[in-house]
Amino acid sequence: MSVPRYWRNEIPRYRLVGEECTVCGNKYFPARHVCSCGSTDFKAYKLTETGEVVTWTVIKNSPIGFEKYTPYVVGLIELGDGIRIMSQIVDVDPTDVSAGLKVEACFRKIKEDGKTGILQYGYKFRPIVA
Amino acid sequence: MRNVKVAGIGLLKVKEYWDRSIQDLFAETSLKAIKDAGVESIDKVYVSNMSAALMQDQLNTAALMSDAIGMPGISASRVEAGSASGGVAFHEAVQAVASGYSDTVLVTGVEKMSDILPDVVTTALAMAEEQEYTAYTGVTKTGIAAMIHRLYLDRYAEASEVCMMAVKSHEHAVGCKHAQYPFKMSIERAMSSPMEANPIHMMECAGIGDGAAAIVLVPADNAGVEVAGSAIATDYTSIAQRLDPMAMDAIRKAADRAYKMAGITAKKVDLAEVHDDFTINGVLGVEGLGLAKDGEGAKLVSTEEVDKAGKIPINTFGGLKARGNPLGATGIYQVAEVALQLRGDAGDHQVEGAKYGVAQNSGGMASICAVNVLRRAKK
Amino acid sequence: MINLKTIRQVGLVGYGAYVPMYRLEASEINRMWGGFGAPVEEKTVVAVDEDTITIAVEAAKQAVYRAKITPSEIGAVFVGTESKPYAVKPSGTIVAEAIGATPNVSTADFEFACKAGTEAMQACIGLVGSGMYKYAMAIGADTAQGKPHDALEYTAACGGAAFIFGERSAETIAYLEASHSFVTDTPDFWRRSKEMYPMHGNRFTGAPAYFKHITSAGKMLLEETGYKPEDFKWAVFHQPNTKFPINASRMLGFTMDQIKPGLVAPKIGNTYAGSTPVGLAATLDIAEPRDKIFVVSYGSGSGSDAFIFTVQDAILDKREGPKLSSFIDRKKYVDYATYLKHRGQIVQ
Repeated sequence: MSVPRYWRNEIPRYRLVGEECTVCGNKYFPARHVCSCGSTDFKAYKLTETGEVVTWTVIKNSPIGFEKYTPYVVGLIELGDGIRIMSQIVDVDPTDVSAGLKVEACFRKIKEDGKTGILQYGYKFRPIVA
Repeated sequence: MRNVKVAGIGLLKVKEYWDRSIQDLFAETSLKAIKDAGVESIDKVYVSNMSAALMQDQLNTAALMSDAIGMPGISASRVEAGSASGGVAFHEAVQAVASGYSDTVLVTGVEKMSDILPDVVTTALAMAEEQEYTAYTGVTKTGIAAMIHRLYLDRYAEASEVCMMAVKSHEHAVGCKHAQYPFKMSIERAMSSPMEANPIHMMECAGIGDGAAAIVLVPADNAGVEVAGSAIATDYTSIAQRLDPMAMDAIRKAADRAYKMAGITAKKVDLAEVHDDFTINGVLGVEGLGLAKDGEGAKLVSTEEVDKAGKIPINTFGGLKARGNPLGATGIYQVAEVALQLRGDAGDHQVEGAKYGVAQNSGGMASICAVNVLRRAKK
Repeated sequence: MINLKTIRQVGLVGYGAYVPMYRLEASEINRMWGGFGAPVEEKTVVAVDEDTITIAVEAAKQAVYRAKITPSEIGAVFVGTESKPYAVKPSGTIVAEAIGATPNVSTADFEFACKAGTEAMQACIGLVGSGMYKYAMAIGADTAQGKPHDALEYTAACGGAAFIFGERSAETIAYLEASHSFVTDTPDFWRRSKEMYPMHGNRFTGAPAYFKHITSAGKMLLEETGYKPEDFKWAVFHQPNTKFPINASRMLGFTMDQIKPGLVAPKIGNTYAGSTPVGLAATLDIAEPRDKIFVVSYGSGSGSDAFIFTVQDAILDKREGPKLSSFIDRKKYVDYATYLKHRGQIVQ
């Protein structure tokens, strides 16, 4: 895993920060270079950290690097402001996941770059702890 | 701009070729196509391949394959668009002849997936997704398809109806010499197979295999099989960015463009090869091509209408599920199979009187799609 | 006379705590090894994708949220732990980046066995008390390494808490009256740098270690400040198991009622550098304005940090979000094999 690639994506992943087009107000996560309205002018936008599950699945055969975490749930989560995010859903039994499940962001380890490489962190979502 | 004709076809059986390399497969199928075309020379070769960089540590395959077919010095280039490499490469080849830039073009797709372990295949497929916010979640291509599959079941159809896509593909593959799995598979067998990624069963997923397919293109002469329309369209790479994850806009846009170029509508299509790497993708391919209304694709593939004698035959030689899905070669297999049909060379798979056939080939989760329409010439 | 106070009065601006969802019962350990111990009922176990850094971030985010401060004004983020995910690379930089305290911030990881978190608190008190930083955050968090079939396997648990210090004001939820550290070189428990599990001196960890340092630090603080145990509403002691903190409290003259809300070890085990911090967080969750809280930690090696806090009115507005009890009540039991998988103890 490329250290520069990990490093330049830290803030969006650690703080759930995307962007908002200053011309039309569209919000994006992750950030992009060009808005659908054609503008290239953006300002930072903090995502809401709670949302609802839209759809999900259970991964049993993972890509390389994710083996020790299987089985894990991955879902599409609706966060409001037109933002949907793909993420793992944790701290829940896969049989208890359903469309509409209310979830909140949490900070988790995504994977390790082998035994000697860096640790990679990011967001996942869990059922809301009240 | 001039019309383009399919002059020659070469197909290898999809299987595990332990003792052969990508050059071997590429050369054998290309020479078959060149012989079938009866041409003396080739102006340009397009190499369609997705993952040789990962699977064989091999880049620069355009040069490698020119050498492999015994034509070092020829003009060549390689096309990669995930599993849509074949359909996209075919489009590039059509443009080369249509534009007048080249007169005789060979386009060959090849992939050898058996050279690596299955987890590398899973990783390779995930590499067609955006890496930092999609692949970074640990999701697999099967996982993304599963999420869409679940939405489709919530809204439109029963699991068994979507599963029929695989049953039909298998049914249509029986007797096909180049198919990887030319045998029937019952709905019970498929539905009782373990979950690969809930709600997708293992038997709803195309397998791993090696293969190569080739086509030779020349300027049309009002005989044989012509290219009526060819188009590519893209979509947001992540389904999180799409308004409706089931919409598959890339398929629709590519189909619209290709049909327009061909001067037809979906109603005129006599047979279709759809991209059923997963049953849900096959179903959404049918809908994206306009062969069924939104939400009715699964119901359609559960009927006899998609068999060779039906209203709209689908995957007449087994599709990705039963004929096989050697990634970079798949799109060429599809177009070649349509050509066989329109030539009247489909044997037991023959769709009688077929005039227009369409091949739909997707890469990523239909973040890129090539739709190629062939037509039987007037003669 | 030892000076136990700062130049500027220091208070707590916010706090947060976190324990993971999974639990391993003592009975399951006994099933595996044929033992019959139960120094705690059950202990917390991380999910397969959690570690000291993720726990520290969860606690830190909650502290910042409750404190209602601008994170860029935090001048220091110190993480105290004995289960650093990196041997070299501070956990603190990741926490500071995650909460938005970077780049004008000082961070470092502290190690002093189970008192690394309260050690970090002492450093923050000094930085804020001197006027150098507006806010400073101390975190104690661990995913303690339990050697299979060892006595400490029953209790080595996972969890953490974060405390943000600032100058005492009407906005602080509690102010610090005094603090004191008492340290000697007493090797009761240690882990060599390339070893996976710690070693301990069994009964030597009791009287000459835990009890000596906790009672010495506690007595010194009481003497120097003139307080008596009855002056306190609550008391929190390092809780490696259920019995030790009860005995320590008795030795110092405190009652069961005083230590009860902070005594969470029976249900979560020993969260090591998180132990006293989490106990303090549990106490703050129920404390009322003007309550006095007596806190003494213990870290093997050995030493104790002792603190006296007085709760203020502002606490009533700054306890939003789930209390520690919500995280304790959120649980799923795992069997021994799943526990090993989650803790990365399956040889691959």
